[in-house]
Amino acid sequence: MSENLLEVKDLHVQYNTDDAVVYALNGVSLNLKEGEKLGLVGETGAGKTTLALSVLRLLPKVGQIASGSISYKGEELLDKPESYMLGLRGRRVSMIFQDPMTSLNPVKSVGDQIREVLDLHFPQLTKEAKNEKVDQMLQLVGIPASRKNEFPHQFSGGMKQRVVIAMALISQPELLLADEPTTALDVTIQAQIMALMGQLKDRFNTAVLLITHDLGLVAEFCDTVAVIYSGCIVESGTVEDIFSGKNNHPYTKGLIGCIPDLSKDEDRLHPIPGHMADARTLPSGCPFADRCANAMDKCRKERPEAFSEGTHTVFCHLFDNMRGGV
Amino acid sequence: MDWLKYALKRLLMLIPVIICVTFILFVILSLAPGDVARMVLGADATAEQIAALNHEMGLDKPLLIRYVSYMLDAVRLDFGTSWTGNFDVLEEFSFRLPYTLLVSTLAICFAIAVGVPLGIASAIKQYSLLDYGCTFVVMLLFSMPAFWLGTMCQIFFCLMLRWLPVSGVGSWTCYILPTIILGANTLASMIRMSRTSMLDVIKMDYIRTARAKGNSQKDVILHHAIRNSLIPVVTQIGINFAGTIGGAVVTENIFAIPGIGSMLINAVKGRDVPVVMGTVIFITVIVGVINLIVDLVCALIDPRIDLAS
Repeated sequence: MSENLLEVKDLHVQYNTDDAVVYALNGVSLNLKEGEKLGLVGETGAGKTTLALSVLRLLPKVGQIASGSISYKGEELLDKPESYMLGLRGRRVSMIFQDPMTSLNPVKSVGDQIREVLDLHFPQLTKEAKNEKVDQMLQLVGIPASRKNEFPHQFSGGMKQRVVIAMALISQPELLLADEPTTALDVTIQAQIMALMGQLKDRFNTAVLLITHDLGLVAEFCDTVAVIYSGCIVESGTVEDIFSGKNNHPYTKGLIGCIPDLSKDEDRLHPIPGHMADARTLPSGCPFADRCANAMDKCRKERPEAFSEGTHTVFCHLFDNMRGGV
Repeated sequence: MDWLKYALKRLLMLIPVIICVTFILFVILSLAPGDVARMVLGADATAEQIAALNHEMGLDKPLLIRYVSYMLDAVRLDFGTSWTGNFDVLEEFSFRLPYTLLVSTLAICFAIAVGVPLGIASAIKQYSLLDYGCTFVVMLLFSMPAFWLGTMCQIFFCLMLRWLPVSGVGSWTCYILPTIILGANTLASMIRMSRTSMLDVIKMDYIRTARAKGNSQKDVILHHAIRNSLIPVVTQIGINFAGTIGGAVVTENIFAIPGIGSMLINAVKGRDVPVVMGTVIFITVIVGVINLIVDLVCALIDPRIDLAS
């Protein structure tokens, strides 16, 4: 089995705003192997984007990594100087952002913006070689190379996201952090973009951390899944582990329950009642306890321990008696 | 050649603007109380002399006819002669305009050269000593009127320290104080505008994208942020340039610079209609052309601006 490419261990991240401390990540651990596709699933505000930005050390000024470790190919990123991160960002780890409408610089041509990655990380290439590569990459994402001198406002949303993907993958990175790459796009374009990402991922053998709230997308695209809630990973495993419906975390069950089943004649959707807890106070017990139908007294007092079966891990007190002697 | 077509279109649009401005001004000047012929001839002129002069100057004709005949002359670049000074308006103007344009341009350049870097620096180092210092200077410059600041500087630098000449246009040192005084207001707005604009830009998603590509903080600012943050600043420069030409009226008087500002003041005092009208037409054209240049520069910086539509 291949080595872990990315290992996040017990990561705590907080935002120190003027009026309060917001606890965005509370002890997140996850592993990503080379070439693997990991889906990070959770609702808005669960800390998905914070996690991706922490890996690149691009948190906004108020964000602070309080404790934990992020190791990349065995190197601890949190100890590295900024100069090391400059060589990592865009070269070995690339990121695709949620909103293609705003993530491109409006005053630079798309060709220039893609070539900039080469200028930064491959200064030894000649100008002709760089332009050649940009043309190839544009064609690879389905944009005629003749459009490289056009500006972002001349492209549609789906085309812009293709440009962003071209920009992220031209350096053939080892890891791609895709932060809701299709959320801002309509459904037909979504499928195209995901197919394109799948193709390019295979071509360059890039590992992908796909951040999304769309379980369907994860089931289709990913090898492994981590479910995040209120800054804690509540369940992780292979796609089969999660979608087999066996020993799921109540939150995951709720998420799967939200997908309407067209084979049944139902009028209503099944949302999870309530809202995510206020991130300004750290929960003492399970973060999901307040919304959980199966919550016990213990859930509000103690953080649940991991319950593992093979590749599948759940953090829930419901499985305490199944843990046995371990 | 889109921009050339656009420029021509904009210059043509100046014509109705000039007609409006001159007509309103002409009406106001005609309605103002007092008899021009009596002012020219003095208190002891007889009624016949006054009537004769009025007839000679065409003042006994109806307002509209006078306006049309003035404009017809103006189109042929005949702006008449001054009623009080007996000089040709166009000739006088072409002598004085270079002084006004020089001082205004120097003032704007000074404000841009000092203000924009300061504004950008204080945005990058937000809440630093530099930032607070700049905010303080901006407040100070905005709240001090040019006539007061100018006089104070004259007393301090010229009379007490004797570093600079008090007034006139004898040497290049004469332009230092007028440039600073006339540019003070624009300097304040340049600092404020570029700071605000830079703060907006560095919050944008594409700045985060630029950092995620591996750009250093310096490269992000130089290659991605500055150009975007300059767009509103350039627009502001256009607005300020028009204001600066107006402000030159005050500054030229303080420092005894023979520009169009001091000519305009004297003309208004003396009810010298040809000089006032002529000056205002020139200023309108100059401001129009400056705004056109600003819009062309904006289009150069921002590809989203389409001059063709």
